[in-house]
Amino acid sequence: MSDYAELVKPDQVHTSLYRDEAIFDEEQQRIFEKTWIWVAHESELPNPGDFITTYVGLKPVIVNRDKKGVVRVMLNKCRHRGATVCEAKKGNAPGFLCPYHAWTYSQDGALRGMPLPKGYKDFDKSDYGLIQLRVESYNGLIFATFNEEAPSLDEFLGRAKPWIDLFMKQGGGFPVKTMGEHRFTFPGNWKIQLENTTDAYHFPVVHKSFLTSLDGDTEELFSFMNDGGFVEDLGNGHSVLVMIPSLVDLDENLDEPIPERFADLAKSLEGRYSDLEIRRICRAVSGAGFNVNLFPNLACSMAFFRVLRPLAVDQTEIRHIAIGMDGGPDEANQARLRLHEHFQGPMGFGTPDDAEAWERVQRGSHAGDQSWIMLNRGEDKTDDNPGDVTAETGMRAAYQMWERMMSA
Amino acid sequence: MSGNNTMQDAIEFIWAEVDMLDHGEFQDWLKLWTEDGKYVIPIDQDAPDFENSLNYAYDDAAMRDMRVRRLTSGQSMSATNAAKIMRTVSRFRLLKSDDPNVITIRCAQNLVEFKYEKLRNYPSNVTYVLVKDGDTFRIREKIVRLINSQGALAGMTFLL
Repeated sequence: MSDYAELVKPDQVHTSLYRDEAIFDEEQQRIFEKTWIWVAHESELPNPGDFITTYVGLKPVIVNRDKKGVVRVMLNKCRHRGATVCEAKKGNAPGFLCPYHAWTYSQDGALRGMPLPKGYKDFDKSDYGLIQLRVESYNGLIFATFNEEAPSLDEFLGRAKPWIDLFMKQGGGFPVKTMGEHRFTFPGNWKIQLENTTDAYHFPVVHKSFLTSLDGDTEELFSFMNDGGFVEDLGNGHSVLVMIPSLVDLDENLDEPIPERFADLAKSLEGRYSDLEIRRICRAVSGAGFNVNLFPNLACSMAFFRVLRPLAVDQTEIRHIAIGMDGGPDEANQARLRLHEHFQGPMGFGTPDDAEAWERVQRGSHAGDQSWIMLNRGEDKTDDNPGDVTAETGMRAAYQMWERMMSA
Repeated sequence: MSGNNTMQDAIEFIWAEVDMLDHGEFQDWLKLWTEDGKYVIPIDQDAPDFENSLNYAYDDAAMRDMRVRRLTSGQSMSATNAAKIMRTVSRFRLLKSDDPNVITIRCAQNLVEFKYEKLRNYPSNVTYVLVKDGDTFRIREKIVRLINSQGALAGMTFLL
């Protein structure tokens, strides 16, 4: 085991964190198998039997809702010879059947039966259900962990919870639902991406081509370098980056004029919704003015969920999950889909430039053992300091949590 | 134009269109479209309604225009350092031509990109709806269904 305190200083980290395979393996055990990992949003599992397949760290899992309505997260692995029992990305299933020797499991993971059971002596089926993870959820966000000793999700999220509540207001009076995702990989370490959603400093540089493609008012909104934004350490590696303070609470200022760019949307809703509902929908349609970064794998980022998954020390998968208004007007959800496509995804106006920058960081990390990453920019927001939108507070918070978990 | 000649003309039009994309002649490419033309790169290839689905691209004229400006502006670090690309298009099949002025064609496209020592393939089924315009065509719809559209892609610095 490395001396992690030597590699993570308060204001800089060593680049071996991006490229050392032994560190990567240890991260899997000490972080991804020890803490709460986001696995799904409740809107992905509205009905009993609904499931998705995903990963906790490197391990394949099924997330489903059983017939009693309980959300379960189970290792996607037959107890007999270890084949995956489900390869569909999502669906509705009465249970799971291993294709190899036809062992069958019910929705709650219990082993229901297998062919020719007489071949087993002293065999208690109840010992051989699918392996279950601990599951807890907060405001629609479902998390799982392998660690029975981990603190409750409530305690783990702590001061991030009010920010999650604010983020979910972009349902505009409706519950938030997922609406599909852009999934892509980049050849770099997962922490490079973890840093990025707390990094306002890169925005005007990397995303210049996105900014110039916007209408004047929207470009103005994204020119947040001197607009009172800040980054705040929320504890346990979580942080919030507030870029557009006027869009923190989407239930406030509903009496302000509807921005010109949403005038057509507002007009098309007239007659079907009340004036207040229309104002709420239009204010929520472009998302919140902040990113809540939840260590280690989720960011509730302005108008979408950013989910990262480490694949190898130098390979990371990112999903940008679009979200919308469940039961809300089609026009509003179409507007959200188009906004998502505009910035996100492998053909978006933002993501490919981010991915290029992250790949360059990984390539640069091979430039020798003396190389350190600077995290010393800007002042933290505290009770008596308004902070700085470009402060690297969120990265400092995440790496301090990383160091605590890796050294524990 | 009629019968086989229309098909042959349409194939030559499509070859010219993709040749423009491979060679970065984007301003000429923008002129190939009808005003209401849609350029769609879906994620869910069987989605009944692309407008109500998340796509990689769902572009009207304004969005195509912005896309071209982004690729050529020098402001995008990935586009400035764009991959080298080349594609072949073949296996043309006439799907529909009941209106003599409108022709629907499906073809196979294989695009290869090279960047950072890596060669990647982007195979797709492409469906064109072409509208006759004098002795040439305009594109009313181009839908590019990547065979790995549900897979994890990498940043694209080109147009499919």
